[in-house]
Amino acid sequence: MSEVQISACPACVAAPAAEETAHARDVRDTRFVLSLPAIYCAACISGVERELIKQPGVRAARVNLTLKRAQVEADEDVSVDDLISALTRVGYEAYELDAGAISATETDRKGRAILTRIAVSGFAMMNVMLLSIAVWSGASDVTRDMFHWISAAIALPAIAYAAQPFFGSAWTALRARRLNMDVPISLAILLAGGMSLFETMESGRHAYFDAALSLTFFLLAGRYLDYRTRSVARSAAEELAALEVPRVTLTDGTVISIKDLAKGALVRVVPGARVPVDGIVVEGASELDRSLLTGESLPVEAGVDTIVSAGEVNLTGPLVVKVTAAGEDSSLHRMADLVAMAETSRNKYTSLADRAAQVYAPAVHLLSLAAFIGWMMATGDIRHSLNIAVAVLIITCPCALGLAVPAVTTAASGRLFRAGMLIKSATALERLAEVDTVVFDKTGTLTEGKPELSNLKDIPPHARSVAMALASGSAHPLSAALYEAALAADITPSALTDIVEVPGQGIMGRLGDVNVKLGRAAWVDAHALSQTATYLKLGKEAPIAFTFVDHLREGAMEAVAALKAQGKDVVLLSGDAPAAVADIAARIGIEAWDAECLPAAKALRVAELTRSGRKVLMVGDGLNDTAALAAAHVSISPASALEATRVVSDMVLLGKTLAPLGEATQVARSATRRIRENFAIAAGYNMIAIPIALAGFATPLAAALAMSASSITVSLNALRLKGKP
Amino acid sequence: MNVLVYLIPISIFLGGLGLAGFFWSIRSRQYDDPDGDANRILTGEYDDHPKE
Repeated sequence: MSEVQISACPACVAAPAAEETAHARDVRDTRFVLSLPAIYCAACISGVERELIKQPGVRAARVNLTLKRAQVEADEDVSVDDLISALTRVGYEAYELDAGAISATETDRKGRAILTRIAVSGFAMMNVMLLSIAVWSGASDVTRDMFHWISAAIALPAIAYAAQPFFGSAWTALRARRLNMDVPISLAILLAGGMSLFETMESGRHAYFDAALSLTFFLLAGRYLDYRTRSVARSAAEELAALEVPRVTLTDGTVISIKDLAKGALVRVVPGARVPVDGIVVEGASELDRSLLTGESLPVEAGVDTIVSAGEVNLTGPLVVKVTAAGEDSSLHRMADLVAMAETSRNKYTSLADRAAQVYAPAVHLLSLAAFIGWMMATGDIRHSLNIAVAVLIITCPCALGLAVPAVTTAASGRLFRAGMLIKSATALERLAEVDTVVFDKTGTLTEGKPELSNLKDIPPHARSVAMALASGSAHPLSAALYEAALAADITPSALTDIVEVPGQGIMGRLGDVNVKLGRAAWVDAHALSQTATYLKLGKEAPIAFTFVDHLREGAMEAVAALKAQGKDVVLLSGDAPAAVADIAARIGIEAWDAECLPAAKALRVAELTRSGRKVLMVGDGLNDTAALAAAHVSISPASALEATRVVSDMVLLGKTLAPLGEATQVARSATRRIRENFAIAAGYNMIAIPIALAGFATPLAAALAMSASSITVSLNALRLKGKP
Repeated sequence: MNVLVYLIPISIFLGGLGLAGFFWSIRSRQYDDPDGDANRILTGEYDDHPKE
């Protein structure tokens, strides 16, 4: 189905300059879109709207609870940050969304078009059914003909309008010399309509107007469910993309879009921010967190002439970076080739529905042709033979089949969405159901990439207080973790003077007349340990190491335990140092692990597992996992992952917790079982109905009953998924 | 059976009325935010100055 793009501004197509002026006007007419992930109730709606309206310059605000968004109409001088901080103050989490990236879902034309077609075919179906009841219960001669003519007057225009999506898709398939599900559907609808019209003109006994219409109606309903599932997933995926507003700050303070950035420009990266480009540090000293790119949990030192890549996080000091590559050319996009190669292998997966259609479509055509030829030879009556062929085509038509898959996937993805999981790919559920091996990444996936102090009790009390006092002055993640742990242990910081943070090295201060330092091993003349640690030096005393372990992500234990309980093999592949990986593996209960994996090695391991007949689920967040994610049978990434990583994943975890993983595999299994059951039900109905139709006993009443009964049964069967855990 | 001459047009007309109502509800964006509308009806606040 190809949508014709109709431009809202015809002049734009003719003159590109007109487009620019049109866009310029859009921007001035400020309309913010805010994401409000935490709202859920009536009080939230009025609370948010009241707060937004109170802000000066805001003309109107409207909350959409279904999409968890707010649209704001405001004057030019209103800043989005003010609105967000105002909302945060009253307790509503809010983020700016890139209005351009999500505008497409707003005018949801396609969904509305399908709804309209459903309404028309539903209306026509009910009226024709009512008229048909009179025929079924024995109207004859002139009365029957009159009812048939009225039915025709309602049915034919309704079919011409409502069944267009099927005709269009069937025509495209036929032109490419293929058969898809829509070919038998279109043929059945057209033949049923045409044959019934002919019978009506000849004042025959059987007309299939109601069957043609209910076929259209049920199949459109299936289409709509399918469309809705996809559009919900798409709009949430767009929302994730829109959250990353690609802007950079130049050294002179101007903020520009990353698209307008030239090579050689100087970009300022403040502590805590993600490096937006590839480049070389020309000014400043700091530490960089490379965990998203390499999986290392230990920050690395950065100074003048250090080469930095997009996606790294700057930790301590401000840096000025000279751009060597931005946007499309940056290292974030470097793995595109690896990913593209792996993707093609996965696209070969044929879904259950497609496999069914491949068998089904030719079988239906042959069967109905055979019925026609058989009756032709037996009786020589073209009209009668054609009638039977049409009856076979209608009865075998994949009404239940067209509903069987969408109804189940809608129910399953709705349930997973509520559990905090977003399904991006249409066949992901089926693939997830086949999984027998789960590969996890460590940093950022099983762990939050946030350190946790592990040896506080081994540290002499006076050193604790000094370290706490030093750590309180810094925003470095290790300092923050140290301070937090000390605070939790009720330690009082000692009174220090002259506290100075040396970017990229550590913090120093004075306790009375003793110099104290907390920082990197080399800086305090300590022997570096193999794990994440920071070192304290008190005057001339030997340095004391504070060791850290990664903080486990919420739900990681539960997810791994649930997956193991389901009999799946769990593997941990990390780019981090062996000591850190072994520690996490032991804490979480994974026996099979591998450390210091390069991105290509990870992908290779996944490919090896696949070759040995395993179906691998890869869970990862970093750029170093991207190739492995693409190579796996099915892949999941957390919402905190880089955009490039989320793009290749089939599913995205929306919340912080990993706990939905265990549920997801179960839901996927039960969804696939339901799909198979639904196919079996549909086949069962056909098994009874086809011999009847072939024997020439099928009346329009029988066709209507079989069709409605099978459609309703498969829908109810799909809904069973929702109730049972 | 002559009554059918009136009854059938009437039934089709009534059905058409329902269809027109449904079209109107689609056009006026009543399916854009079903959760929000379900909750808005419960809010205890009253808009004293509604737009026309």
